[in-house]
Amino acid sequence: MITTSNLSKKYNNNLVLNIENLDIPKGQSFGLVGNNGAGKTTYFSLLLDLIQPTTGQIKNNNVLVHESEDWKPFTSAFIDESFLIGYLTAEEYFYFIGELRGQNKADVDKLVGQFEDFFHGEIIGQKKYLRDLSKGNQKKAGIVAALIGNPDVIILDEPFANLDPTTQIRLKGIVKDLAEKQGVTVLISSHDLLHVTDVCERIVVLEKGEIVKDLNTSEATLKELEAHFSGTEAI
Amino acid sequence: MIKHFISLEWKAFFRSASFKMNLFFKILLGFSALWMIVSFFGLGVGAYYFIKNELNLDPLETINKFLVFYVVFDLVFRYFLQAMPLVNIRPLLYLPIKKSKVVSFALNKTIISFFNLVHAFFFIPFSVVLIIEGYPIINVLGWHIAVFALIYCNNFINVFVNSKDVVFYSVISFLVILAGLMYYNVFDVTAFTSPIFESFYNAPYLALIPLLLMVVLYKMAFSYFKKNFYLDAGLAKKVNIVQTEDFAWLNRFGSVSKFLKNDIRLLKRNKRSKTTLLMSFLFIFYGLLFFTNSIEAYKGPFWRIFAGIFVSGGFLFSFGQFVPSWDSAYYPLMMSQNIRYKEYISSKWYLMVIATIVTTVLASFYLYFGWQAYVAVVVGAIYNIGVNSHMVLWGGAYIKTPIDLTSNKKAFGDKKSFNAKTLLLTIPKLVLPMVIYAIGHFILGEVFGFTLVAICGIAGLLFKNKVFDIIEKVYKSEKYKTLDAYKQNN
Repeated sequence: MITTSNLSKKYNNNLVLNIENLDIPKGQSFGLVGNNGAGKTTYFSLLLDLIQPTTGQIKNNNVLVHESEDWKPFTSAFIDESFLIGYLTAEEYFYFIGELRGQNKADVDKLVGQFEDFFHGEIIGQKKYLRDLSKGNQKKAGIVAALIGNPDVIILDEPFANLDPTTQIRLKGIVKDLAEKQGVTVLISSHDLLHVTDVCERIVVLEKGEIVKDLNTSEATLKELEAHFSGTEAI
Repeated sequence: MIKHFISLEWKAFFRSASFKMNLFFKILLGFSALWMIVSFFGLGVGAYYFIKNELNLDPLETINKFLVFYVVFDLVFRYFLQAMPLVNIRPLLYLPIKKSKVVSFALNKTIISFFNLVHAFFFIPFSVVLIIEGYPIINVLGWHIAVFALIYCNNFINVFVNSKDVVFYSVISFLVILAGLMYYNVFDVTAFTSPIFESFYNAPYLALIPLLLMVVLYKMAFSYFKKNFYLDAGLAKKVNIVQTEDFAWLNRFGSVSKFLKNDIRLLKRNKRSKTTLLMSFLFIFYGLLFFTNSIEAYKGPFWRIFAGIFVSGGFLFSFGQFVPSWDSAYYPLMMSQNIRYKEYISSKWYLMVIATIVTTVLASFYLYFGWQAYVAVVVGAIYNIGVNSHMVLWGGAYIKTPIDLTSNKKAFGDKKSFNAKTLLLTIPKLVLPMVIYAIGHFILGEVFGFTLVAICGIAGLLFKNKVFDIIEKVYKSEKYKTLDAYKQNN
């Protein structure tokens, strides 16, 4: 589904991302972990054509991301608050995204209705603009908006941060369901090793822009990741 | 401790984003500040001689008469523009500093604010002139101190009023009623207030009363401030209760409607865009400068077109020049969604057209100044819709200033809006219609001039698709630069 080749990004001769080869098959739940500055958000921004690669390319379903815009209809994302329109209420925001993705109100209502327990009554009918919601509630609205319109690829940057424990557990269920039952390719980045090993079939560790580990999740994965990040890894 | 506060303030001022500008604009800013000081100073000195020699009135008496409105207007002015220093002290809350220290620093800071100092530039020279002209020093000093004490009373009153709209609106409506009654000679409030101000002059020791009032208000402001020194009280952000709005009637615009709905919400719900709306409304009256013949330089016939374009195009210019910057806060979202640029641009275009038509209707009072005046506005509107709407959008595509919708900063222009490309685009916007009109005017007279400009405007509509194509290309080719520039603020 997503093929990355020879991809690199430099800022003033400072190499922040360098991925020689990375294939993400359709329907995989893919986790990206790494410390701050490892290049996770840079990679996601390149996937969404928000920044230009210095070299190399990304193909999303055989569409060259930095040349054509045809990847947009089947790809959706929630990276940060800049994906929210602050002066809209949550409902207005969902309908707007729905219209952009060719969904009518009933479609949106139906989809959003499935997430009632995820919202925990704090999003819909709140009579508040998105900019006045708490960080966690903003995130919930953004994540659900990314699910509107049956996308094939969903990119979520740090989806677990700022969420309360109940919502974290529910979100894990949602992501698993998307990948396993609906064949959606889900890309997630996280600092929380436990969550990411719980949810993702495959985990890639970035360090200073390079892939240093590419693991298929198993029982041993969490241990291995913890050892890696604590620096006590057996060499 | 005070030393630390002052160094924090110093850094906050010099490191603020708005201060990072190039030398040229710093000099320009310096000059305009100097100009304001000089003109206030001139007003202070000149007021005395103007009132005495031109109006043949007693200067001090006249000033005293209007002082009540001056003081109340000052309060209103502060309410709108003087921000409370509350927000900056959030990070200090949990540090080991005594609350009263932080509060008194924040409060004392307001004492040297521009809103107080600006009055000094008027009253000090005025008082000096009074003394030079032989008014007794002690009496003038008493009056002067009383006036300043009242201005500082305003400063501290503003601390309470800032969060209470009810108080404010009752004050302002009371003021309007008083001014109205005075204008129609029903009831002259100044008959009661001017003796009060005069008494400060006649009996200087009375200045102690406003001074005392000032101290009391300071104490009150202090305790009010301190009581509200909590995150969920005075330091909390105001959250409005709002309703979801559907705007179903806009669906008739087809695929453009989804953007149009958002744009209307954008205009309605943000501080910055509301300021733009207010400014565009004020532009309607800009033509009065021209059509009342009050300014010598604007008497030439081509200035009518100039005025007509500005009267009908206030919104078009002030809104249009910042497309797409209005959407800067969520530009990454827009760029990763499947958006047809044409629809996006069309929505902004429709908004500008609708606003231009509304403005033109509102401006029909220009008929009072003769049919030429209103025809100039209508012709200006046609040219605005046909030509300028495209030009403004085109120019806006090169401007990459992020807009903070929730604040009024930079609402009155920004240096980045001035670059060679946008400057070049003002030629077809303003100069060209004036030239066209002049040609028509001198060949066959004013009717022909107006007709030519109107024809050009209608002809401009034919190029709509072409221009939209160009703008789309600009958006695409500048995409990464724009995204990067918009990120700077967020």
